[in-house]
Amino acid sequence: MQPIEVVNIQTNDEPIRNQALEEARRQFQICNACRYCESYCSVFPALHRQRELEDGELQQLANLCHNCRACHYACQYTAPHEFAINVPAALAEVRQQVWQDNASPRWLARLFHRSGAAIAAIASLAFGLLLWLAQWQSGGDGAGFYAVLPHNVMVAVFLPAFILPLIAVAVGLRRYWQGIGGKRITLAHLRAAMGSVATMKNLAAGHGDGCNFEDEDRFSNKRRLLHQATMYGFLLCFAATSAGTIMHYLFDLPAPYSLFSVPKLLGISGGILLCIGTLGLAYLKTKADPELSAQHVWGGEMGFILLLFAVSSTGLLLYAFANSSWLPELLTLHLGTVLAFFVLLPFSKMVHGFYRMAALIRDEQTKTDG
Amino acid sequence: MSVINQNYDLVVVGGGNAALCAAITAAEHGAQVLILEGAPKTYRGGNSRHTRNFRCMHNSPMEVLTGRYDEEEYFQDLLKVTKGKTDETLARLAIRGTEESYRWMQKHGVHFQPSLSGTLSLSRTNAFFMGGGKSLVNAYYRVAESLGVDVLYEAEVTHLERQDNVIVSVEFIYNDCREQLTPKAVVVASGGFQADLDWLARAWGPAAQNFLIRGTPYNRGVVLRDLLNQGTEQVGDPTQCHAVAIDGRAPKFDGGIVTRLDCVPFSIVVNENADRFYDEGEDVWPKRYAIWGRLVAAQPNQVGHVIIDSKSIDLFMPSVFPPLKAETIEALALKMELDPASLRTTVDQFNNACAGGDFHPTELDGLATEGITPAKTNWARPINSPPYYGYSLRTGVTFTYLGLKVDEKAKVQTKQGSLDNLWAAGEIMAGSILGEGYLAGFGMTIGTVFGRIAGEEAARYATN
Repeated sequence: MQPIEVVNIQTNDEPIRNQALEEARRQFQICNACRYCESYCSVFPALHRQRELEDGELQQLANLCHNCRACHYACQYTAPHEFAINVPAALAEVRQQVWQDNASPRWLARLFHRSGAAIAAIASLAFGLLLWLAQWQSGGDGAGFYAVLPHNVMVAVFLPAFILPLIAVAVGLRRYWQGIGGKRITLAHLRAAMGSVATMKNLAAGHGDGCNFEDEDRFSNKRRLLHQATMYGFLLCFAATSAGTIMHYLFDLPAPYSLFSVPKLLGISGGILLCIGTLGLAYLKTKADPELSAQHVWGGEMGFILLLFAVSSTGLLLYAFANSSWLPELLTLHLGTVLAFFVLLPFSKMVHGFYRMAALIRDEQTKTDG
Repeated sequence: MSVINQNYDLVVVGGGNAALCAAITAAEHGAQVLILEGAPKTYRGGNSRHTRNFRCMHNSPMEVLTGRYDEEEYFQDLLKVTKGKTDETLARLAIRGTEESYRWMQKHGVHFQPSLSGTLSLSRTNAFFMGGGKSLVNAYYRVAESLGVDVLYEAEVTHLERQDNVIVSVEFIYNDCREQLTPKAVVVASGGFQADLDWLARAWGPAAQNFLIRGTPYNRGVVLRDLLNQGTEQVGDPTQCHAVAIDGRAPKFDGGIVTRLDCVPFSIVVNENADRFYDEGEDVWPKRYAIWGRLVAAQPNQVGHVIIDSKSIDLFMPSVFPPLKAETIEALALKMELDPASLRTTVDQFNNACAGGDFHPTELDGLATEGITPAKTNWARPINSPPYYGYSLRTGVTFTYLGLKVDEKAKVQTKQGSLDNLWAAGEIMAGSILGEGYLAGFGMTIGTVFGRIAGEEAARYATN
């Protein structure tokens, strides 16, 4: 884990951003004259549809790139060749700029992307401690978890912690959408984009053998599968919470729920998938060449993965030891990680999901409308 | 040398497509194989790194290949470009081997993709590698590794010792030390000599110093010369090579595919004196690009200048370097270091000779000039819509054709017959089939088919 760096928030980062865009533009001029990578992913066909790239188009291509790295290992112009092509890194830099520039406050995004692991850990523990103090002070009023923390306290804390970050993301996303010239979204665009996400087509490298990540040019579907375990695990956990909310408010069926209830079945399977996915992704990340990514945010990316792992693993522990005397500590720790996850969401790598989805939708639009 | 098993059945000299096809095939036939690649790992693969497709016969549509391209049509295409300077037996052997090689390549990790955007004219004849030649090379190295083939990078072979009809040892430099191996068989697949500019200059004269080398700087013909000096039979003329006209700003070595310029048919091309020297619209570009290398090589200082106007700027694949641009012909001439008045005259003469008619960029439209020499016989439109754009052209050499003579078993020949344990594949023997001219994707055909033959024959010899 790295120490938190003090970032000078007054620094004018304009020249740095232009550098990232200019480097991507330089490399794409060479790519557009070559075109060998046309079948690997969505980026190259989109690139080949135009002769010159505006800043917004570069930002769009950067978010369309899933960092599968197939183009890099296939490239005859990588360093030490004087053309020094490194498309995965060039696009990662642009992507990072987009995410940070569209977050508010920007300095928090910049801080998280640099030192995410430390921030995530401190935030989780701090929130957990606050909640633990809250339950220690007041005690609960109901059964199960609500015996530790009252339902109303949980709602009062988590509702804004859920809604406000999403609003922040939506504001940034809207700015991005306008910048890339996005049009009105139709159901067909949405369906195609979701289909791509569902199968993580852009990590399959065209032929389906997967990406080049943990072992140089060897194609492998490990990262693709682990990403899907993480994504579907997360969605199942989210569905579990939603199911609980519906049961609570619509059917007057408050927690705790039995093992064979909808929230538990969704939550446990989601939690296990999320644990496996995040641990696997973290391991693969230690094997991958950092020079093919935005190196200065390695810590932030790792912090994000580990935070998701902390959310899922403490959730499973909570389930396993719900009847032990450690319940208050486990519950507050789990809720602390969840709270940290949501509060940090607009500043963490979690935004990649929203921006990729937007980029995939935009790609469908340019494919059909030109 | 402690890490190296001294008892290799087969040493393969070179690390490109032909070498890998030979090594893999030999390993699959039970041979212990060592590859000696002269380049470092990042530059491994020779010119194969820069390739993009494989010309393949097929009697009916086959995966990414459309229509039909049979042996006869393929052979006729070869006869046309070589003007008959080929060896029919070897040529047909290569052509017939392609269909089965396509499957073999797939089985060994090569993925094909449909014809790239901007290359539709090749969709019937050429199967493109997904990711290009370097991805093919990567896949083959992975397969070779899994078959137990050893690879040494930066291992520069200096000499193959011949005694009577046998190669008795392979000498090479590795980690600054002289090393020697005594394998039972040797396959040489170390390319042409085009990166040795002095050798090129001996053949071409000083003009060769102005040539650009489109591919690997490691193909200096060291083993080729060593073998020719020991009485192996030579094929081909040292001035014959695959040479195209490329962007004059390309790097001296290794510029590869991106340095090509596809705008010649829509342009006028002048030399340093601002004079036109050849029919720019003789045929569609894929059928003409390979003659322009020699045309430019014959001009003063081996340079040409392409001039187009804004009507044509979007009609060809984007160039790797942006064109020079000016609002007047005279201003463009100054930027291109041409005499403005002379270029003005040439452009005016050309414009006045344009007869007019319907322009069709993708087909021979017969839009020809009248009354000037040389004529432009297609796509002749006046250069009169500013801004004007200019590119310089230089001769880019892909690979040389002078090489080793082989027989149908890829065995290296002497005047007295074959050597017992030496085979050759790829560019080092391509001159056996390509006397002159070039057919896109045919280098990979020769490398793959003869690499596989060489590997099989060498393994059979070595393991018996």
